[in-house]
Formats: sequence, C-alpha cells, structure tokens
Amino acid sequence: MTRTATGDRPQLEAHLRERRSQKRKLLVPFVTAGVSADWLDLVVALVEAGADAIEIGLPFSDPMLEGVTIQQASQRALERGMTTTRALHAIAELELDVPLIAMTYSNLIKRHGYEDFCRRLSESGVSGLIPVDTPLDEAGPLIKAARTNHIETVLVAAPSTPDDRLKQIAEVGSGFVYASTVMGTTGERTSLGQQAADLAGRVRACTDRPVLLGFGISGPETAVEAARHADGVVMGAALMRRVLEGQTVDEVTGLARQVREALEAV
Amino acid sequence: MAEPTADGRFGAFGGCYVPEALIPACRTLEQEFRTAWADPAFRGELARTLKLYAGRPTPVTPATRLSAELGVNLLLKREDLAHTGSHKINNVLGQGLLARRMGRTRLLAETGAGQHGVATATVGALLGLDVTVFMGAKDVERQELNVFRMELLGATVVPVTTGGQTLADATSEAFRHWVGQSETAHYCIGSTMGPHPYPWMVREFQRVIGEEARGQCAELLPAGVPDVVVACVGGGSNAAGTFAGFVDTSAQLVGVEAAGGAAIGSGSPGILHGFDSYLLQDDDGQVLEAHSVSAGLDYPGVGPEHSHLADSGRARYVSATDDEVLHALRKLAQTEGILAALESCHALAWVLRAAGTSELPSGSTVLLTLSGRGDKDAAQVRELLK
Ligand SMILES: Cc1ncc(COP(=O)(O)O)c(C=O)c1O
Repeated sequence: MTRTATGDRPQLEAHLRERRSQKRKLLVPFVTAGVSADWLDLVVALVEAGADAIEIGLPFSDPMLEGVTIQQASQRALERGMTTTRALHAIAELELDVPLIAMTYSNLIKRHGYEDFCRRLSESGVSGLIPVDTPLDEAGPLIKAARTNHIETVLVAAPSTPDDRLKQIAEVGSGFVYASTVMGTTGERTSLGQQAADLAGRVRACTDRPVLLGFGISGPETAVEAARHADGVVMGAALMRRVLEGQTVDEVTGLARQVREALEAV
Repeated sequence: MAEPTADGRFGAFGGCYVPEALIPACRTLEQEFRTAWADPAFRGELARTLKLYAGRPTPVTPATRLSAELGVNLLLKREDLAHTGSHKINNVLGQGLLARRMGRTRLLAETGAGQHGVATATVGALLGLDVTVFMGAKDVERQELNVFRMELLGATVVPVTTGGQTLADATSEAFRHWVGQSETAHYCIGSTMGPHPYPWMVREFQRVIGEEARGQCAELLPAGVPDVVVACVGGGSNAAGTFAGFVDTSAQLVGVEAAGGAAIGSGSPGILHGFDSYLLQDDDGQVLEAHSVSAGLDYPGVGPEHSHLADSGRARYVSATDDEVLHALRKLAQTEGILAALESCHALAWVLRAAGTSELPSGSTVLLTLSGRGDKDAAQVRELLK
C-alpha cells in the first residue's frame, strides 16, 4: 500500500500528544534501514512490542553524530546496497498504526532536493523527519518543503543549547523536541547524567510539545531514569548493537518489550 | 576576498551544518576570532611568532632553469621553507594562539598525510597545549614517519578504523570527539573547510602567504603583478591564502585539484563536515572516496570559498593526474634542486602542461605556491618510481 500525503498516515505530534494524554511514557525505537535482511520485520515487531513511533535511520556514508554502533549499522546497510530510494519503497509497503520518522544527514536530503525528498517521504507514509546535522539556523528551506508535504520536522536540543534558543527550537520544530542526554555521540551508556534531567526540564519549561530524551538509552534502567524527566525516550544503539551481533528479531524486540514494561511503572 | 555573510556563506556555499550540540562552540569561536583578529596585540603576537619561530617571511625564488626550459617566468613562493615544512604552520599558530586566548587546554586535529598533524603537535608543544590527532588507519600505515614525529612532539595519535580509513573519516572522528569536549578543547581544522567560521578564519590565517607574495612580486616583476597565480587545492588553504593577496589584481587565479579528488572538477554541491560545497558523491548523496598519490589532497570535498570563486568565474580550477605529478616532482628536483611535496607538485604539473599553450602563453609570468617540502614523500615516491 502506498500512502498519500493526505492518506491514513498518522500525524506525528498529534499521535504522541494523544498517547501522552493517556499517561503513557513514549517509546521510540530506532532502526537503521537495511541493517539486516529482516529489518522490516524488526520494525513491525517493535510496533507490536509497544513502540509509539519508529525512527528509521536512512544510512549515510559519513555520519558525524553517531557513535561506533550506529556508524557500523550504517556502513553495514550501505554495504548491503541500501539507498534512500530502496528504503522508502520498502517502508511504503508497511501498514502500521504508529508514525514513522526518518532520521538522516543533510547531504542525502539536499542531494534529492528538499522538496522532492519530503514529497517522497510523504508518499512512503513517513510523518516526521530528523535532520541531525541541520541546526535551526539552516533549517528554514527544509522546514518549508517539509510543511508543504505534511512532514513534521523534529529538531534536536542539546545540553549546550541556551534557553532562548531552546524556545526557538521548540517553536520552529514540530512532532516533538528531541533532547540529547549528553554532549556527545549516539551510543549506549550505563547511566544518564544530571545534564539529561536539566535539559529535559529546560525544554519542558518552554513548550508543551512532547519532549523525548535520546542518546545513551540502553535498557530499562536508563529508559526509566530518562522518562522521569521527559515524555519518553528514543532508543537506538542498544537495539542496533544486538542486530549487529546477529540476534534474531525476537531477541532484539525482547529488549524493547522490557523497556516498555519498565516504562509502565513510571 | 571578503568576509562571508553573517550565516557564513560565500555566495551559495558554506554555512554551518553541525549537530545542535556544536552550535554554541561555533558561535563562540566566531566571536573570539573576530575580536582577536581586530586586536593589534593578538595580531602582533602572531606576526612575531610567525617571524621568530616559523621563519617568515618565506622567500620567493625565481625558478631560473625551469623557466628557461618552459619559456615562462616562474616564481616559487617557498612555503616548504616554513617551520615543519609546509604552510600548515601559519594556520595552526593562529588557531593555537586563539585557543590559548580562549582558555582552551587541548587541541584536536584531523590529518591526512600528517603535515597538519605535525604542525598541530608542534604548536601544542610550543604553547603547552595537549594535542590529540585523528588519522585514518590507512594513513597511519602509509605515513609511519609522521606518526612517529607527532608522538615525539608529545601528541597522541588516534587511528580511525571506520569507512575508508583516510582523511574524511579522520575528520568525522575529530568532530565526534569535539562534540564531547568543546568546553575544554579547540578543534584545530587543517584547511579552509568545516562549519563557519573555519573556512573564513583559516583563509585569514593563511592570507600571509598571498600578502607576502604580492610584495615580493612587486619587487621582482616589472609589471608588479604576475599574469597567473597558481596553487594546489585539497581543502584549499594554501590556495585561498595565496589568492587573497591577488584577488584584487589582474592576475588569473588557478587552483589545481588532484584528478582523483577533484571536487570542483567532477563533484556536485553537497554538505559534508559542516559546510555546503562541491563534493564527490553518488546519486543518493553518499560521499565517494577520493584517490590521489598525495594523501593531503585525498579529500572528497573542497573549501566553500573555492566553490564560490569557481562559480563566480574569478578563479579557474583544473586537475593533474598522479603521473603528471610524479613527473613534475622529478623535474623540479632536477632543474632547481627543490624536492617539493606531492601536493604542491599538482600546481607545478599544470604549469608544465600549460606552458606554451593558450592557457599559459610563452612569456607569461607565474607565481606558484610551493606549499610544502617533499621529504615526507621520499619513501612513497621511491616505491612509485620502481
Ligand atoms: C604540503 C601540502 N600542500 C597542500 C596541502 C593541501 O591542503 P590545502 O588545500 O588546505 O592547502 C597539504 C595537506 O596536507 C599539504 O601537506
């Protein structure tokens, strides 16, 4: 099924707000498109395990913000022949009741053209876009193209972001505010620092958009710690490491299930 | 060459495409550089250090025998005679003094051939700053001697094992580390690339090449200004510094890329390492690996100001093949007694090819920036000439 811009594609922010209003902490797992032969099965299984949205990483050759795990996942996906076009064709076949968010780097978006890229996301049933190396100041033309195509552009906030800028990020971006737990790259961590709590608090003080903490969410403990301060979490490297190690879809999904359960108690 | 726009653009190119976490660091750097560059005390200290430590001004040498053979009047701006053996020291002294002024205690750097790494290790030792250099694992192997030099100078060299394991990967890795340490470490980028303000700042620190050469040409040439100014282009720092001294003259500006890394010659606009510029990439936007005998030009992108100079027509960009470069290296060695870096030999290769043609008619005067000395390449050249 190929969905259209006005089709049954769930709106990202509306969906997250609705789930949040049910007093539910949000879980957004991340999957690198093409990381394994059965990556699409993994996406479906993660939704069944209780994901509230899925972040799909469109692999880029030079991922400047990724730690070792997601670098390797991207490299593996590219070696397996994944491209933006293939990933979007594959995604378009999925029938999910949660929104999909594409995460990628500016060069892929620019190469396809802002307008074209966003239109193709939309036609593939994607609801949101996280352009990780396009900061607020450079995001104008992209956000405009995204809006025309009903794509919500999620911007990242970092511990180093001053308050006045946080406010702009929350206003100009949509979907949710992606708050990075650390000054650093993606990757698993054993605990989250005070920085994460502080940032989530500062973001919440300036917006009522959903706030998700990401980077370093490795399992139930870090997820619970993060969810105490935010509306939910994004979990990536912990899942991708398991895929790279050769775990089955079931085994990988097991971690998401544990996190989901742990979040019920927050 | 003028200041970029407030958002760091030279025409359509440049900008600041970095993860949000690095935005404050880039902003602070821009302000600090702007203030320092307007401060006579900072300028004075830099000028003094360039003179007493790095050995500036470097001479302009008429290449007499080679000129006679080619039928053009060739002048060489001798950056090979600067301390550490290349122009890289000009930029690193500037950034090192700035980092110290900003209270930073560490320098991070990427390096390909190791010239920028050695320059950074050198300045770190001079100023008492810790230095970590990221270098592709392949380059660590190819440039063993430079790795040892950096370590002797007290720097830590980190081999990068991701991707193609060369300069582009080392640069990505340096950025990753900078994200986590931007409050204590200054990322000392080695060329006119990276997010704003780097391309502008590095060009300003390299401007000394062009300004000296302008004065030296005025003394050596009856016309005062050469007909053609030529330099090799990797990220583009020695070329940008050279062009800055001549952009307001009638001189034709020529940049020479490596044929296997010709971002302007065979790339298309794209975004990598924080800036928008010509880039070698496939249809999907995946970055392609560059391939050149010279590790210093083995980079898939080019500084944004060069993309602008190319599009606006003020400078022209050509390329030279590995074979032409090796030939040029021998030619210069045997006619002038100068063993030049493989990078610099790209500029010379174009002069050898163009001399006597409509591109460079007989009787033309040419200023060529000899960006570095060739000692580092001796072992590799021996292998290649076997
Ligand atoms: C001697 C020499 N020339 C030129 C370059 C290329 O750099 P750029 O284009 O920034 O001058 C290098 C880089 O390593 C170098 O070592």
